[in-house]
Amino acid sequence: MRRTVLPVLGVVLAILAFWYVAAIPMNIREVVTEAERAGASVWGGPATERQGRSAWALAVNNAPIALNGWSQERPRLPAPHQVAQELYQSTIGEEVFSRRGIVQKGEFSNRGLVYHAGVTLGATMVGFLIGAAAGVLLAVGIVHNRAMDMSVMPWAIISQTIPIVALAPMIIVVMNSVGVQGLLPKAVISAYLSFFPVVVGMVKGLRTPDQMQLDLMHTWSASTSERLWKLRLPASVPYLFASLKVAIAASLVGTIVGELPVQRGGLGARMLAGSYYGQTTQIWAALLMAAVLAAFLVWFMGWLERRTLRAMGVPA
Amino acid sequence: MSPDGSTVMANAASFSQTAAPVIDAQGVNLVFQTADGPVQALKDVSLSIPKGEFVSFIGPSGCGKTTFLRCVAALETPTSGTLTVNGMSPDAARRARAYGYVFQAAGLYPWRTIAGNIRLPLEIMGFPRAEQDARVDRVLKLVDLAGFGRKYPWQLSGGMQQRASIARALAFDADILLMDEPFGALDEIVRDRLNEELLNLWARTQKTTLFVTHSIPEAVYLSTKIVVMSPRPGRITDIIDSPLPRERPLDIRESPEFLAVAHRVRGGLRAGHVEV
Repeated sequence: MRRTVLPVLGVVLAILAFWYVAAIPMNIREVVTEAERAGASVWGGPATERQGRSAWALAVNNAPIALNGWSQERPRLPAPHQVAQELYQSTIGEEVFSRRGIVQKGEFSNRGLVYHAGVTLGATMVGFLIGAAAGVLLAVGIVHNRAMDMSVMPWAIISQTIPIVALAPMIIVVMNSVGVQGLLPKAVISAYLSFFPVVVGMVKGLRTPDQMQLDLMHTWSASTSERLWKLRLPASVPYLFASLKVAIAASLVGTIVGELPVQRGGLGARMLAGSYYGQTTQIWAALLMAAVLAAFLVWFMGWLERRTLRAMGVPA
Repeated sequence: MSPDGSTVMANAASFSQTAAPVIDAQGVNLVFQTADGPVQALKDVSLSIPKGEFVSFIGPSGCGKTTFLRCVAALETPTSGTLTVNGMSPDAARRARAYGYVFQAAGLYPWRTIAGNIRLPLEIMGFPRAEQDARVDRVLKLVDLAGFGRKYPWQLSGGMQQRASIARALAFDADILLMDEPFGALDEIVRDRLNEELLNLWARTQKTTLFVTHSIPEAVYLSTKIVVMSPRPGRITDIIDSPLPRERPLDIRESPEFLAVAHRVRGGLRAGHVEV
């Protein structure tokens, strides 16, 4: 326990320290401007002159007020405790103490992060299932059909070179024009990102049985589908889970990107709203929530992998 | 030679004259097209194997012994010549479940238990569930693995894994057993024991067995007929009908008859090399 906790704690503390230090120069210009407006005399001359000075110089020479950068209303880079506070406010604070929260109203507040995380999670799961299924089917096709082997892979690779940020609005607009809205367009974008690792992993996995295994199947006159179900698919399970872990994280990214242009809820919408209104703390809180969600999803896939492999007799 | 053994041999001899051979090869050629040009893997191989024989194929690497076995199993197709298994084409014989094949590696599926592995061909061949269970139990006893059905392959030693793979080949009652260096990856001590067990198994099941090996003592100890082959091109240089009785204790390997056969095999192998 101690051996795992200490290194993790060490890294977290290092990140927090770096973050606090970085927040000082990042916010120093606003801090100095505010102090000047309040009538204090500041180092660095008038505003126009200050623009030419480095952030570190301003911070060091205005040392008495520099730490105000940790407690601004709208910081350029919020300090960790501000993000933590916002995270608390928009989850527990919103749900328990607000009139819109689950305690008062019986449903999650649409201003709270829990609601938005739920929206994102739903679309992520649907997109992940579509993507994983498509990935497995494509891999099965690639392994069994030479034409698919030659043709599908190049397109799959090309599909991943297109920036998803450019493609997402197009998918949403096109699907909207045929009357599909809401969760599905986001799920499609999410599936678009998640099928690829599954295809790559499964093609590799389905091809792991060696010639001897295939010959053995042949001597029993096994059909192609028996070979697939009894040999190739079970043999590919470790590869499947390795790629599913990558795919589910990609799914989450896809969903969030799909939520940016729509603004109908979700962590992506929340992030973009935060940037419209200069609410950096809100962006960071949403980012942190997305990170927690991703960590949970990847952990869940790992748990499922351990369960499945144990059921398949792999020594623990 | 014991009187008992000689009658068995005599019976086998008279039987083979009346009945059609189980495996009959006439002028079989097989040429592989490789990047370096054609390679003659089998040249003019003619051989007929009567029912119930234990035939070993011995020779250096590349002599075509495994290739011939693969032709019998319809895993390769001869370029010319005729090859029949149970009077059928090898492909038809495979579909009629004429043979069980044992490879050098046990090739058990790690995600299936031993019983599950033995059940696999039975599932594919569509045996009813109850019969699958009965057959799995029977062959597990036959190879002395009763009680290990629920273990996974990694929980068994290499020798036990290979026994399980033999059980798998026996499970669907093919009357021909094709074995491609089944004990090649095992150590000498385990190999000796499995040779003895295999001979027992063969005596009990009376299956026609084709056995590929690198080892002269193994070939002489097990076989009623030894086919000596040599490489480039792969061909038969000698066919030796063993004078040894069917009942063979391990110490038969010190007897003069045994040594005489081994000497002849060694001679055949050497002759094959001189010609190249």
